[in-house]
Amino acid sequence: MKNCEYQQIDPQREEPRRPRRKWEVFPGKNRFYCDGRIIVARQGGVLPLTLGLILVTCGLFFVFDCPFLVKHLTSCIPFIGGGLFVFVVITLLQTSFTDPGILPRATPDEAAEIEKQIDTTGNSSYRPPPRTKEVVINQQVVKLKYCFTCKMFRPPRTSHCSLCDNCVERFDHHCPWVGNCVGKRNYRFFYTFIVSLSFLTAFIFGCVTTHLSLRAQGGKGLVFALQESPVELVICFFSVWSILGLSGFHTYLVASNLTTNEDIKGSWSGKGGEDVTNPYSHKNIFINCCAVLCGPMPPSLIDRRGFLPSDESVQTASVDIELPTQATKSEINVVGGSSQLAFGLQESPSPIPAPLNSHQTRSSA
Amino acid sequence: MAETHSLQDLRQQPAVAAKVFLQRDYTHGTMCQFQTKFPSELETRIDKQQFEETVRTLNNLYTEAEKLGSQSLIEGCLACLTAYTVFLCMETHYEKVLKKIAKFIQEQNDKIYAPRGLLLTDPIERGLRVIEVTIFEDRSLTR
Repeated sequence: MKNCEYQQIDPQREEPRRPRRKWEVFPGKNRFYCDGRIIVARQGGVLPLTLGLILVTCGLFFVFDCPFLVKHLTSCIPFIGGGLFVFVVITLLQTSFTDPGILPRATPDEAAEIEKQIDTTGNSSYRPPPRTKEVVINQQVVKLKYCFTCKMFRPPRTSHCSLCDNCVERFDHHCPWVGNCVGKRNYRFFYTFIVSLSFLTAFIFGCVTTHLSLRAQGGKGLVFALQESPVELVICFFSVWSILGLSGFHTYLVASNLTTNEDIKGSWSGKGGEDVTNPYSHKNIFINCCAVLCGPMPPSLIDRRGFLPSDESVQTASVDIELPTQATKSEINVVGGSSQLAFGLQESPSPIPAPLNSHQTRSSA
Repeated sequence: MAETHSLQDLRQQPAVAAKVFLQRDYTHGTMCQFQTKFPSELETRIDKQQFEETVRTLNNLYTEAEKLGSQSLIEGCLACLTAYTVFLCMETHYEKVLKKIAKFIQEQNDKIYAPRGLLLTDPIERGLRVIEVTIFEDRSLTR
């Protein structure tokens, strides 16, 4: 009798289990590499294509244009090109592999508390209308929406990305070229990436046209010169305009402290005729730029490499006893559900003691 | 029966009676600040002034972490010039302040909250959404 009760209190197994890290039970649609150090969206998007285009263009540049230009112009060309190339690749990889500012989902206790505060009439036949909460930020009324997936009221400027299935702080957009969301934590990497990429494409475009014109002057004709480096020219010509345009657009966003999401939705453009201004702007272009690009780097909130606490099961067991009606239903929806679900079933209320005891006497024997 | 109870007490924490959540205060924007409103469930356990002082200190620490001062600007500009690779080797100002906050919460728990059967959870463990205050059952009354 004493043995059974003792084992009921201490439900840990005899054999030591490998402690699991939090990324292994992460509920969003992300993939993790290097034991949680690297995080990417589930769909890689066209990141390999982006990397491929950059590598191919730069490769062709170094192989075909550099030797000619070093001989006829200046030997700085490969160094400038090389420096820009390294800068672009590093910032691209940082944008792709950094946590964009994912908000961890609410714990079951928090979710229950919020549900209690929201006054529902108790009808469960259809989904109730979206719940909103209003706050006043710098004399502007901002509506906070309730996220049904993450079970919390989204902070201002946060949006839920359906591709990654996460709420992301200061959500800008989900960029398929980079294969990740762009949010609070990796916006500066993204901005640096597109600005340096525009410099790189403009530089290569300039070098290629210089090369072609020098060759054409050499007497062999423009057409012959064109045949020697068509690929680079085509890629650079099309990418220069689009990337320069994108950089210009994001420079405008940075200077007014806006996100792509807010700009597209027209949240602060004052369409309704009312006096609506961006409550997050510091009203000064320089301060806005500093705040967005040079501000303090916020930490990752999802703690990917942290270990799941081994006594989490004991705490959830006590919660189950307090909320018997929600025990089976809410456990299934909960984060890291597998371990908690197992214990939710084991620690079911007293009506079924017999099979539990017999199971444990067998395991103790 | 009495024996197993004392073993339980040694091995297990006291049962959780309730949890109170202090939500974020967004009136000043997206900066990390928590509401200082004193929850009614804690009225019997702790002095209102004491609790509000703890929350105010936490708010000040978070303001310090997110401040757009000269240190963070220099850090940001240096990081930009090195393609942000310094973030891989260096601890940022924010992380240093987070460590200070963790130490502060530990101290507060040891000195003030644990003797009253309360436990403050570091907001970083809840994604900086809430300050969770766990209220434990008052065992002294049952014995």
